[in-house]
Amino acid sequence: MKLKEWMNTTGDRGQDIEVRQKHNDYNFAFIDEGTKREIRRKILKAVAIPGYQVPFGSRELPIARGWGTGGIQITLSIIGPDDILKVIDQGCDGSVNAVNIKRFVTAVTGVKTTTDTKEATIIQTRHRIPEERMTEEQILVLQVPYPEALRTVEPSEMETRRMHGEADYSRMWLYLYEEIVKFKEISIGARYPVMVNGRYIMDPSPIPRWDIPKLNMAETLYLFGAGREKRIYAVPPYTKVEPLEFEDFKFRVEDFKGAVCARCGSADTFLDEIIDDATGTRIYLCSDTGYCDKVIESKGREFKTEADQCQ
Amino acid sequence: MPIIPILDVRNLTKIYGDGCHLCLRSTGPEYETNVCRHCGSIVACSDVSFELYPGEILGIVGESGSGKSTVLKLLHFDLDVTSGEMYIQKPEARIQNLDLNGKNLFLLSAYQKRQIKNFFMGIVYQNPHLGLRMDVSAGGNIAERLIMANWRNIAMIRDRASGLLEKTEIPVERMDEPPRNFSGGMQQRVQIAKALSNDPLLLFLDEVTTGLDVSVQARVLDLIRKLQRELQLSMIVVSHDLGVIRLLCQRTVVMRYGRIVEKGLTDQILEDPQHPYTQILVSSQL
Repeated sequence: MKLKEWMNTTGDRGQDIEVRQKHNDYNFAFIDEGTKREIRRKILKAVAIPGYQVPFGSRELPIARGWGTGGIQITLSIIGPDDILKVIDQGCDGSVNAVNIKRFVTAVTGVKTTTDTKEATIIQTRHRIPEERMTEEQILVLQVPYPEALRTVEPSEMETRRMHGEADYSRMWLYLYEEIVKFKEISIGARYPVMVNGRYIMDPSPIPRWDIPKLNMAETLYLFGAGREKRIYAVPPYTKVEPLEFEDFKFRVEDFKGAVCARCGSADTFLDEIIDDATGTRIYLCSDTGYCDKVIESKGREFKTEADQCQ
Repeated sequence: MPIIPILDVRNLTKIYGDGCHLCLRSTGPEYETNVCRHCGSIVACSDVSFELYPGEILGIVGESGSGKSTVLKLLHFDLDVTSGEMYIQKPEARIQNLDLNGKNLFLLSAYQKRQIKNFFMGIVYQNPHLGLRMDVSAGGNIAERLIMANWRNIAMIRDRASGLLEKTEIPVERMDEPPRNFSGGMQQRVQIAKALSNDPLLLFLDEVTTGLDVSVQARVLDLIRKLQRELQLSMIVVSHDLGVIRLLCQRTVVMRYGRIVEKGLTDQILEDPQHPYTQILVSSQL
């Protein structure tokens, strides 16, 4: 059976790697061992220098660059046959991008997948960090569209590298100052710049501000992969990650003004605002669907499948 | 007790191009050129040595192309030197973990040079476009310098910025306007405010009054004199205008083709010039 046909089958996928490899003729985890080793070396360097962007040779994949190839390459390089994978896109397990990546990775590795944050050993994500606290045993792989946090203030790559080298970050701060002068607050929603380990300013990928505090002194290893821009960087466990803030203009997370999830009733999660097309009413839903499902399950309520409620 | 110079500059040399062993011997005032005829390199300045004493204003005069602006840019680390030494005597430890005593500043790392620039130096360029970000508010321009010196409190930054703008006679209501909207004289004064924001020990002024009309010139010069008196700054003033030099500087250095041809007290140089070039320069003053 060809890989494509295989991926389209909906029956039992089986977890036996040998059987799987016989079927799809690809190396375990699709990319060749040499490339995987290169990426692992780059990951080690990134972990050794928290927040520093390590260039890597981003390979061609059966997915176009800009669709999570940085994250996929990291996932494929670190995954083993015993890993359990969870893939989310904007917090949702059932969105097209997440489902496709999940299918691809299982097709070439045969690993088990899950929607449960606690059960997963590797979580690949786009634009969210799961609500549930992760542990030292887990790795979170983030897909990154723009790895350079200073790009907002400086278009030249040579210049931004010099700025990182000399820790010359006054222009980023100046940008925040101007925001405060103009809008009385910092208007950055996602991609809020953070200072890692007191040294490098890092782009945390377009996660909402809500997720920024989860980066600080976390138990989990965070790996960031930008496939199109060919950069890998990392926040190792127990690393100080501070959002840029002024003494009298502190960083703050999103405020949902008391709104609760219309499905599970949670009031302490990051919520998506949904407007019903028919009635025009406004409701809020948890962005982290795996967590939402879990809460409902624990309450013993009836709920739709994960895919049904994804936006 | 002898006065210790705050800045000691020795044998400053800057060559553009590959350079050869004959460059320094085939250029200079004797040869009336700063282009080496052997390799075509340009000797922008060579063997420039001087001291700057605390609270002093030192003038550098010379015709265009004589290397006076290059000297200033080398001192402010805007350009890399070909060779030379610079020592600073710091009265207070403003930078942690950095002992500058007896250290040639040109040999420090780019990061350390930046720190010295941020904590000890201020510069005002002839063209405000070089010293200011025209799209960022005037207050933001000043804030940038303060942020470089590790200020992280918006209220304090704005307080300091408005104080400086007041001192340099910019209406504080226009603090959040970009300098693009300002007149030339106002831009120059914002530049001065920016240069003063980190309480520099050294202030470099590069042709600050060129291109301004006479009444504005007078006000900018008045401002510089007032600030110097109040803040006890040490300054280096580069100008081709002897009037500016006469008004501001106690001591003057005359440059030609990248070399110092004469140095001494300003009065002496203007009243009794020794070098033929200085004589022409002084006599051609209108």
